[in-house]
Amino acid sequence: MNMRSVLSADYPSAGLNGRIRPVVLNPPPGPLRRYLCRVAAGFPSPADDHLEGPLDLNEHLVAHPAATFVVTVEGDSMAGAGIRDGDLLVVDRAREARDGSIVVAVVDGELTVKRLRKGRKGVRLEAENPAYPAIVFHEGKELVVWGVVAHAIRSY
Amino acid sequence: MFALVDCNNFYASCERVFAPALEGRPIVVLSNNDGCVIARSQEAKALGVAMGAPWFKVAARFRSRGVAVFSSHYALYGDLSRRVMQVLAGFVPEMEVYSIDECFLSLEGMRGDRLALGREMVRRVKQWTGIPVSVGMAPTKTLAKVANRLAKKGAAGAVPVLDWAQWPAPEAALAALPVEKVWGVGTRWGARLRAMGIVHARALAEADPARLRAVFGVVLERTARELSGVSCLPMEMAPPPRRQILVSRSFGRRLTRREDVEAAVTAFAARAGEKLRARRLRAGALSVFVHTSPFDGSGPAYANGATLALEPATGDSGRLVRGALRGLERIFRPGFAYQRAGVLLADLAPAHAVQGLLFAEAPGDSARTDRLMKCLDALNRSPMHRRLRYGSEMQSDAWRMRQHHRSAASPASWRDLPRVCAR
Repeated sequence: MNMRSVLSADYPSAGLNGRIRPVVLNPPPGPLRRYLCRVAAGFPSPADDHLEGPLDLNEHLVAHPAATFVVTVEGDSMAGAGIRDGDLLVVDRAREARDGSIVVAVVDGELTVKRLRKGRKGVRLEAENPAYPAIVFHEGKELVVWGVVAHAIRSY
Repeated sequence: MFALVDCNNFYASCERVFAPALEGRPIVVLSNNDGCVIARSQEAKALGVAMGAPWFKVAARFRSRGVAVFSSHYALYGDLSRRVMQVLAGFVPEMEVYSIDECFLSLEGMRGDRLALGREMVRRVKQWTGIPVSVGMAPTKTLAKVANRLAKKGAAGAVPVLDWAQWPAPEAALAALPVEKVWGVGTRWGARLRAMGIVHARALAEADPARLRAVFGVVLERTARELSGVSCLPMEMAPPPRRQILVSRSFGRRLTRREDVEAAVTAFAARAGEKLRARRLRAGALSVFVHTSPFDGSGPAYANGATLALEPATGDSGRLVRGALRGLERIFRPGFAYQRAGVLLADLAPAHAVQGLLFAEAPGDSARTDRLMKCLDALNRSPMHRRLRYGSEMQSDAWRMRQHHRSAASPASWRDLPRVCAR
């Protein structure tokens, strides 16, 4: 994975928790650094001159290291959710699957990425592409959720 | 109180993690070079696939019955093993990883319902990593092994968690366990114990410890005491220092040419050197061995080894390679179809404790050699990109492994990430 492409594409300057933090986007060959002071948020503190350690993408992408797997997407049925053929997905198996979660589920013995819908009428797996019908899980049919998609990574 | 957590049919379970279609199907995993069966799923065991069976002899019979076959894929197993251990480490303050698929946990000072804790371990490891595990709890490690075995066989119900302290019939369980199946006993001691009338675990637990000690030594005495509920084997946080380093592989095909075998032995000696330096050890002796296949039957059989002393002890791959090739020179005979070779380093000592020779200038390797080896190891750090090799390794690639059935997906390699379908 090319780190630079990820940063410039999906994480321009919004840092953790949506706060604005400047990030060095085109860094020299050295490690990435995150600066502590925020832009346009009052008076910059002189004490903020020091740097934190190099920016570690694991910190941002991997909440549960033992339970996190990276997988490759094949196909375009999730195009509507911004997930394209060839993208990498960071899948967290420790995360609880909720209504609306994008999940990797077992469909006909295959790992398949879908949007999970839990409603009064039961459980469904929906594609995000009108060409693909939803899969409805009626009573007695077991849905196996393999993991919850936490992030998508695309390289350009 | 200890818990032994053991992965169920670990290698077969690993193959299922990214291939859920294999759920419920019989699976076998083959040794390096696709030689023998080294692991089986529950379904394959039920079909009667024997452990250690040479696959080429039984393949036709079991293929037709739907057995899925895999070459061993250690990058996959290693990655999932690390994850399982990481999840379990989150439950207790102290853990001892005992093998790739087993660990002991210390339950000392843990409050609350132990069975509930064990069930949560099983659930979380399965949900987070995809690997099914069994949990046996007991006041000694040896009994935790027994409890785990019972749990795995379904004695505790659908969730394989068993607490020896709450088990209603411990004596009957020990009486039903053949003595050679007790942890640390094995077939050789088992046969001798049976000759003495000690045929099951209960008899061993009740045997006279002094007599066991006199006949077999302190190890078996401890095992017997552990079976009777007295803990003798505490948690060991650090593994004991290794006494030998062995690098040995079966060849991808039978080798007859001397230069092919030389290339293999060079690669093994260089790898052994890496392992040696990674543990900050020096070797005082080196053995090299070659043999033909025990399964070939028709052709002439040959097996031989040569051992030489390394004085002073060394961590220099160059000296190891030269020594291994000198040993090979002595034992290589033309006209045989070689199946395997290996390099064994023994007489290991910490690098800083190497004895000098009376007439040598300085003990051990020179500072220049040490620097060279540091540089070599730095360049070869990733096994995927072996940049520097010894020349005699480069003369042939014929020995490298054959792995026709390796599963494609590996969670530990950017090139072979598992695939999910969006179709």
